[in-house]
Amino acid sequence: MEPAVRLRAAVTLLGRFPALAGVDLDITPGEIVLLKGPNGAGKTTLLRLCAGLCSLASGKGWVLGHDLNDERRMVRRRVALLGHRTGLYDDLTVAENVAFWARAAGAGGTDVDEAIERLSLTGRLADTRAGRLSAGQRRRASIASLLVRRPELWLLDEPHAGLDQQSRDTVDALVRSAAAAGATVVLATHELERIQVLEPRVVSVVGGMVRQGSDSANAPNGEDASTESDRRVP
Amino acid sequence: MLPLRVTAVFRDAWLIAGKDLKIEMRARVGINQIVPFAVTVLVLFAFALDTDQEALRTYAPGLFWVTVLLASLLAIGRSFAVDLADGASDRLLLSGIDPIAVFGGKAAAIAIQLVVLEVLLAAGVVLLFDVTVHRYGLLVCAGLAAAAGVAAAGTLYGALVSGLGVRETLLPMLLLPVVAPVLVGATRAFQDAFGVAGAEGWAWLGLLAGFAAIYGVFGALSYGALLEEA
Repeated sequence: MEPAVRLRAAVTLLGRFPALAGVDLDITPGEIVLLKGPNGAGKTTLLRLCAGLCSLASGKGWVLGHDLNDERRMVRRRVALLGHRTGLYDDLTVAENVAFWARAAGAGGTDVDEAIERLSLTGRLADTRAGRLSAGQRRRASIASLLVRRPELWLLDEPHAGLDQQSRDTVDALVRSAAAAGATVVLATHELERIQVLEPRVVSVVGGMVRQGSDSANAPNGEDASTESDRRVP
Repeated sequence: MLPLRVTAVFRDAWLIAGKDLKIEMRARVGINQIVPFAVTVLVLFAFALDTDQEALRTYAPGLFWVTVLLASLLAIGRSFAVDLADGASDRLLLSGIDPIAVFGGKAAAIAIQLVVLEVLLAAGVVLLFDVTVHRYGLLVCAGLAAAAGVAAAGTLYGALVSGLGVRETLLPMLLLPVVAPVLVGATRAFQDAFGVAGAEGWAWLGLLAGFAAIYGVFGALSYGALLEEA
């Protein structure tokens, strides 16, 4: 089976400095993968690379079968990246924001209604301008605007940040249903206990390098029990 | 296959333009800030030249277009600021929309705002500077062509500087020299339309249309690469 993500000696630069310093990584379709590591380890850069938003300085990479050097536009159409910023327009309502991104992805009105309902953004909230939402509501609206794309690869950077308990449960349910539907989910979070119930494969990111293993999601960031041989994919 | 792609580009460009215009109508930055700024500049010109009504009439076309160009910097900066505010620019890249459509949509939205601004300022010029319009057709065509040219060049340079921290100051430095031909051509065309000079207005209109076409094509072709680097 063709991997959802395959990276070989991938190097990505932020300015002159390598944010990823020779990453080897394989993620199979339908997997839930947890990226864990301390702040500045390269998790966000790794997610952006997989989304086709960062270029490779050296090495090779494929996402959903598309070459990250030559076919980044094809990659972008098939992935959804929830980053630190929401991608919402403050002067458009929640419904208008979701509808705009749905139309941009070629999705229909039914998808918009479904996404708004799943993220509990119905009623007056749907007609509220994004600029007047709380941080948690903005996060939910952002997720709704990604949901309409029906991505094959979800890239979630701190998906629970700023959310209340109910919304966190909604995100967890979303991850489960996405994986159940055959999508691949890669997420970076410090909320390891919460993620453990999703039984993810843990990939530690430390200093721009990755370690792959089946270690506990609860091990401290970057201090997991994986062995030295786990550090590289053969 | 090609007609399908062209249709998709037009559809997506309309989507982008509609979004940008809706945001501007809601935010009212154009009405509350850009138009008052432009009118203030025009009034200041009138104060500076008040003692000489003939000079006001003679220089009205140039003053009009200097004002439009200064105000256009605000409209162009604003167009990119809304995309950068909370990461929508990344989402646009991830949306898979053809960069040509993004360019066309943003340029169209800016051009429409500039045309509205030109109409309001033209009324102001007629009232403040006491000029009379002799050739309405030339006036309208020159206004539209100049708006299209400034919008196309502005969208291109706006994207070029959008990823930089100094974009507010860099945009005027880069764009104003580039749109100098628009200032010259539109001023000459308006001089003819206002009957204040014997300029060959329709010939200058050709320059404006050529400028708009060149920057329209160049912008559409290079916008994808610019977005990647921004």
